[in-house]
Amino acid sequence: MLTCKEFLQELNDYLDDTVDIELRRRLETHITECPNCWVIFDTTKKTIQVYKGMQPQVIPEDVHSRLMQALEKKLAAKRHL
Amino acid sequence: MPATTEAGVFDESQLVAKAREGDLAAFNELVQRYDRKIFRLAKHITQNDEDAEDVLQETFLKAFEHLGDFQGQSKFYTWIVRIAVNESLMKLRKRKSDRTVPLDEPVDTGEDQVVREIAVWEDNPEQKYSREEMANILEEAVDTLRPAFRTVFVLRDIEELSTEETAEALGISIPAVKSRLLRARLQLREKLTRFFKRKGDDVFAYL
Repeated sequence: MLTCKEFLQELNDYLDDTVDIELRRRLETHITECPNCWVIFDTTKKTIQVYKGMQPQVIPEDVHSRLMQALEKKLAAKRHL
Repeated sequence: MPATTEAGVFDESQLVAKAREGDLAAFNELVQRYDRKIFRLAKHITQNDEDAEDVLQETFLKAFEHLGDFQGQSKFYTWIVRIAVNESLMKLRKRKSDRTVPLDEPVDTGEDQVVREIAVWEDNPEQKYSREEMANILEEAVDTLRPAFRTVFVLRDIEELSTEETAEALGISIPAVKSRLLRARLQLREKLTRFFKRKGDDVFAYL
């Protein structure tokens, strides 16, 4: 039986699905028997999910146009070399 | 501004090849694909709009200038993320030059210290809040993380880089990425519990 500390150490790999079958089985057994670790597992999984669903905001138009101006300037300078 | 090409139909390596020859429209297409993500990344690391805009400009200017050095072995996106991370960290260091460099701080491995609150969350926590409220809650929580943890979390879980790509972009080891990511995830979980816990559930019900 894994200890809670051991479970916590493996939590990342478990969440990222990079553990082998044997360890996965032990981790699964642990959370069915330990309500605290189940909550930590479930809420950390949800934490990752809410951040993955976050869409980047649109860049303000003036920021984008300043970027394009700077690029054109750079290109023009390159052409004159 | 050159006329728009049919850039949309090209795949990324074709766009990069055209941009390398000085085709600004092709490069613009690459910019359009990634500028929002680069801006968000820069804002998360620098925590400052003005710095983020500078980083955005510098990143794409440098990318344009050094396209010849891009080998095409990694993805174009990973390559510009590396440039953006370096630019962002430089900004951060400049602003905090009177303090110790945050990314080099030793990593405290006491994971157990960050689990204090244990409460069940709603099944779909995002449905409790409007899109805007949700974005604010998430942004504010990330901003409270220390830079060393924040940067790793942003690259791994927001920009969705692999552990290896994150390690490479930050110039730290893979175990360091893993350990910082765990700390960041657990700290965020802790902070978000206040907003997402199931109504009526006692915070310490399971302790």
